[in-house]
Amino acid sequence: MLGEGILKGMAETARNFFGSYFSADRMTTVEYPEQRIAPFEAARVFPFLVYDAKNTADAADWEAGLRCVACQICEKECPPKCIYIDKSTDKKPDALGRPQFYPARFDIDISVCMSCQICVEVCPFEAIKMDTEFELSTDDRFGGLLLDRKQLAKPNEYYHQIHLTEANGVDARLAVEKAKSEAKTKAVAAAKATSAAAATTGEGA
Amino acid sequence: MIQNLDQILVLLQHWLASFLPAAWQGAARVLISAATIVCVFPALFAVAVWLERKGLGRMQNRLGPNRVGPYGLLQPIADGIKSLTKEDIVPLSADAAVHFLAPVLLVITAFMGFAVLPMGRNMVLVDLDAGLLFYFAIGASTELAVFMAGWSSRNKYSLLGAMRAVAQMISYEVVLLLSSVVVVMMAGSLSLTKIVESQNQYTWGFPHWYIFTPWGLAGFIMYAIAATAETNRSPFDLPEGESELVAGYHTEYSGFKFALFFLGEYVAMFSISGLGTTLFLGGWSAPFSFLTWIPSWIWFFSKLMLSIFVFIWMRGTLPRLRQDQLMNFAWKFVLPMCLLNLMVAAVWRFMGDSWLRWFVCSAILLLAYAGVGLTELRKKHIGPRSYRYAE
Repeated sequence: MLGEGILKGMAETARNFFGSYFSADRMTTVEYPEQRIAPFEAARVFPFLVYDAKNTADAADWEAGLRCVACQICEKECPPKCIYIDKSTDKKPDALGRPQFYPARFDIDISVCMSCQICVEVCPFEAIKMDTEFELSTDDRFGGLLLDRKQLAKPNEYYHQIHLTEANGVDARLAVEKAKSEAKTKAVAAAKATSAAAATTGEGA
Repeated sequence: MIQNLDQILVLLQHWLASFLPAAWQGAARVLISAATIVCVFPALFAVAVWLERKGLGRMQNRLGPNRVGPYGLLQPIADGIKSLTKEDIVPLSADAAVHFLAPVLLVITAFMGFAVLPMGRNMVLVDLDAGLLFYFAIGASTELAVFMAGWSSRNKYSLLGAMRAVAQMISYEVVLLLSSVVVVMMAGSLSLTKIVESQNQYTWGFPHWYIFTPWGLAGFIMYAIAATAETNRSPFDLPEGESELVAGYHTEYSGFKFALFFLGEYVAMFSISGLGTTLFLGGWSAPFSFLTWIPSWIWFFSKLMLSIFVFIWMRGTLPRLRQDQLMNFAWKFVLPMCLLNLMVAAVWRFMGDSWLRWFVCSAILLLAYAGVGLTELRKKHIGPRSYRYAE
């Protein structure tokens, strides 16, 4: 019958109109600044730098704990070229105790960043991850949106807070690597010791 | 007391005019009425915009404006301040005089329709014998304003929007007129006050509104369709189709001129709803004989706001038509039905006071509705496109 579809549609909108006063299904709006939806675990906005704090209470040692070794892979891979890294001239011991370079400057221009997550995927050191913080508006559209390494550095605990599953996976991987490297150093040390012992016995013989 | 409340605006007008010398009183009364109309309808416009935004929001499962004032009630005031303080841009190559005149003309013609509408017992600005004719003559000149806006802007979108608007409004003007003619045939008068009076009678407590007859109902439905198209409301909002024409004929308008177009659109909506109320819904008469003690103007404005709600409801439901669908609908469906409705009204008139006429008239209209719907508006099955030379 002609006009049947129109009547059906009108009935549906009427149900929406009156239903919005009674049922939460027909009123899906969340009044944002006052009410918030809990963020989804897979949410991502802009990247941040992870650091391992030896002492969780001490927030000042972010610089020592940064996982970043200034390899500059992310800087080169970044499609909109919004990462700026200056490699240090000296080396500092990293989490495994090996001497490594560190970023003397690590800036991300979030006015350019397109949240593609490529920097995260290419990082071999699990040093850069995606943040969920989205309320980043500022009065200063140039300086305010160029985040330096201090603003970018966030502890591993924060990473656990926002992306728990992912962070656990990363920790497990790092632990395996650390165990491997420790075993290797131990083996090297043992080999050295045996060869040294052999040398001394050889000398003695 | 109730008598006084019903006539309170008339009494007030007479009292105000009585301070002037007798020779000026006639003119003063007209001026007072005109000033009231010019104040009441923009106020109603503010309320309607708020209602529309809240209602549409609810229909789309959201809240609508709720930041300015309680429940967003001050939103129209904020919008007004915003449009007043915005820069008024006139394009360099626009025809400045016509560009300026278009919104003014639109608002003036939109308001002039109220001159002949009876908004309550004895509440009509000028009781013309050919009130309906005057209304349609004035209503037709809004097309001129729309085309002036589109032409003077010198913008392709404006011109396309104006062309669409003129094509649409002229097509539906025919329907609007023909659907109202049945009422004139029955009431035997073009005067809107006479038309209301002829509906202001009751049998067993029920009113003699024209919508409660087969031809009246059919006429009202077609009038409503034509009125929606005339005021460029969704689903007939092709002239300002945002998705393809930016904003149609008022693309190049900003600031207060844009607000005037917005006002003009709503005032036209009020005025055409008022006319529909007058013609088919008994104007200011009460829906039951035991409710006649409620002042007549309350009934008129309630019916008006009910029509506005239906406009909003349709806007929240129906998607925009395509240009060819719009034209097909006007010329192939609504117009033949209107012509048939004239015949049915004549049959009704000459079949006398029997119950048989209800059956005969309803049957003719229903059969025609089904028949025209099946033949003229059936879905055309268009197969995949075939290429003659390209393959």
